[in-house]
Amino acid sequence: MAAKKTTKKPNVSADELKAYYKDMLLIRRFEEKAGQLYGMGLIGGFCHLYIGQEAVVVGLEAAAEEGDKRITSYRDHGHMLACGMDPNGVMAELTGREGGYSKGKGGSMHMFSKEKHFYGGHGIVAAQVPLGAGLAFADKYKENGRVTFTYFGDGAANQGQVYETFNMAALWQLPCIFVIENNQYAMGTSQQRSTSSAEIWERGKAFGIPGEAVDGMDVLAVKAAGETAVAHCRSGKGPYILEIKTYRYRGHSMSDPAKYRTREEVQKMRDERDPIEAVRNMLLQGKHATEDDLKAIDKDIKKIVNESADFAKDSPEPSLDELWTDIYATEVPQEA
Amino acid sequence: MATEILMPALSPTMEEGTLAKWLVKEGDTVNSGDIMAEIETDKATMEFEAVDEGIVGKILIEEGTEGVKVNTPIAILLEEGEDASDIETAKSEPASAPVPADKEQSSETAPAAAMEHPEPKVDTSPDWPEGTTLKQQTVREALRDGMAEEMRRDENVFVMGEEVAEYQGAYKITQGMLDEFGPKRVIDTPITEHGFAGIGVGAAFGGLRPIVEFMTFNFAMQAIDHIINSAAKTLYMSGGQMGAPMVFRGPNGAAARVGAQHSQDYAAWYMQIPGLKVAMPYSASDYKGLMKTAIRDPNPVIFLENEILYGRSFDVPDLDDYTVPFGKARTWREGEDVTIVSFGIGMSYALQAAEKLAEEGISAEVIDLRTIRPMDTGAIIKSVMKTNRLVTVEEGWPQGSVGNYISSVVMQEAFDYLDAPVINCTGKDVPMPYAANLEKHALVTTDEVIEAVKKVTYK
Repeated sequence: MAAKKTTKKPNVSADELKAYYKDMLLIRRFEEKAGQLYGMGLIGGFCHLYIGQEAVVVGLEAAAEEGDKRITSYRDHGHMLACGMDPNGVMAELTGREGGYSKGKGGSMHMFSKEKHFYGGHGIVAAQVPLGAGLAFADKYKENGRVTFTYFGDGAANQGQVYETFNMAALWQLPCIFVIENNQYAMGTSQQRSTSSAEIWERGKAFGIPGEAVDGMDVLAVKAAGETAVAHCRSGKGPYILEIKTYRYRGHSMSDPAKYRTREEVQKMRDERDPIEAVRNMLLQGKHATEDDLKAIDKDIKKIVNESADFAKDSPEPSLDELWTDIYATEVPQEA
Repeated sequence: MATEILMPALSPTMEEGTLAKWLVKEGDTVNSGDIMAEIETDKATMEFEAVDEGIVGKILIEEGTEGVKVNTPIAILLEEGEDASDIETAKSEPASAPVPADKEQSSETAPAAAMEHPEPKVDTSPDWPEGTTLKQQTVREALRDGMAEEMRRDENVFVMGEEVAEYQGAYKITQGMLDEFGPKRVIDTPITEHGFAGIGVGAAFGGLRPIVEFMTFNFAMQAIDHIINSAAKTLYMSGGQMGAPMVFRGPNGAAARVGAQHSQDYAAWYMQIPGLKVAMPYSASDYKGLMKTAIRDPNPVIFLENEILYGRSFDVPDLDDYTVPFGKARTWREGEDVTIVSFGIGMSYALQAAEKLAEEGISAEVIDLRTIRPMDTGAIIKSVMKTNRLVTVEEGWPQGSVGNYISSVVMQEAFDYLDAPVINCTGKDVPMPYAANLEKHALVTTDEVIEAVKKVTYK
């Protein structure tokens, strides 16, 4: 990892640390279960797992306030769980059932929650970047003090619309945090093979947008950087870039054999840099939790995830009438 | 409890695969994430990871076995403390077959009852009450008035685009709006269609009502991903939770002598997209009334204008709040012998042709669709039931044209009423040439409409 390690003392309580452990573990176990259900043929199409990247969303959500918005790409299950969406509704959307967040009509890549200010789930690489800036535009227009977390990957960072958006976000001082989740591979192409800059966040400098690189395997470093970014945006200084260096353990999608990297590379990351293990060690070493406490958490999480899988299997397929609904709105669906 | 490990589906299309290699053997302890086997799918050789921890109790499918169906048990995993005798009790949860919410239900629309053609119900009410004062206005003025009235009415409405504010609009449509509404609501963008269209859609997700002006719709091709994938589809993909109430507007189609890249008619393109509404008005009153409806509509609306029409004057009703509903055609001229259907600038040719045909004793009914999605097909069918002949007119290309769609609807719903094949008068199947004579010929012409009418009326 090229990014700097956090040198600050953890600015969190033991309870917060336990909460991050729990939130990250929920994502990991949920994703493992999703992979399992995919293998059983219960989830179809594309399914992009977030395993390895958990500290990014959990750290940033710890820096967010109620009413802040978030938008991301198709690797979106972690973001949804981290912002408090119901695992049952997310899993049931993955299985394409009535109980899913989009009533089964969106799928893994297209999920939304107005209630949790989660604006998708977008399947076109980088399309969410101007959309996120547009959400921030609306907040600035309404002068409501909200910020928008706009997530995209190192792959999306090479799309032209990202820089069109940087330009306008800087020009109009939009309260938008651009979060580059750099997991080092754009599908199968490494950053070295696809990206002229070693530090993607530095591209923001050309637009006068400040930013920094962050160790994405360290949830506390992510949280601290998130707080800096949020404070910057909320004070009206315009956008901020966080390039969070992370790593995905699984393939790009379920059908990716991941031959573009060695098994050793993945294993080394898992063994040495795992974000969940790191917090687990912190909890144990700091005597904030016992093995038994953590076992109890593991058990709770397993229960939540198993219940979500049961819900996702038992929820009926959408009624055929659903084919024809939600094409046109009859009234404005947003709170105007 | 011992659990069965099933042959996984490892790609969206995999139904069976080859169990190429076992990387564990019976008695091995595995942890979540350990590679257990290599499986060849229809696409690649994949590593198969353990999802749970346990001990490999029994391998059920030997390595090298081909054609192993997805969900076949391939091994048995034991929990700590279990031994092979527990294998008998192993039972994986079967992949429960999804149960449709209502098996009996079918929403497929029933095919139109063959050979039965009830006359469609059509709204033929006048656009404004009799006795309304009318004023002469250009399309340009009417369009601006429509936008400005809605901006006075709803402070969440704003307009953004290239040169809309300080320059007063590249085609002067937004003239005076910066003065009245200020730079917060009349926003000059950089030349960055893909980006500002996306920001506009995001602002609509966030509760505003953007009017995104494209200097011309030719440039909106750079932004079409956001128009279709982001604006049109989100309501559906979110199960109705959020959408993009907004207007994309600007001049569409050929202007004069601007060549191939600045002269395309996008009517047929946008008409195809569920989730979009598409207006393509001809007269000034429709520009105003439909623009007001478009801004109030909770869906993304494509508003296709025409540069040549901007300076043309029409009667506009002098009313405080004049709106025109979507999906209601306007009959400009009643007739008996043939129906001419058009929209946008195509109406110029249709009306001119009808005028000349009248002099020759052929009575043409001329219908202006005004919006092509939703489309008032009822008005077309009702007219064809009377005239039994149909000609469509548009400037766009012939293959996959709006006229093609109309022909298909009429063939399916009023076949018995047709006395001649429908003719689609369209632009020629060529990129727009620059030379004046070639350009004139590349567009549809009034003479071609007249010729088509004579052909379908056998005159």
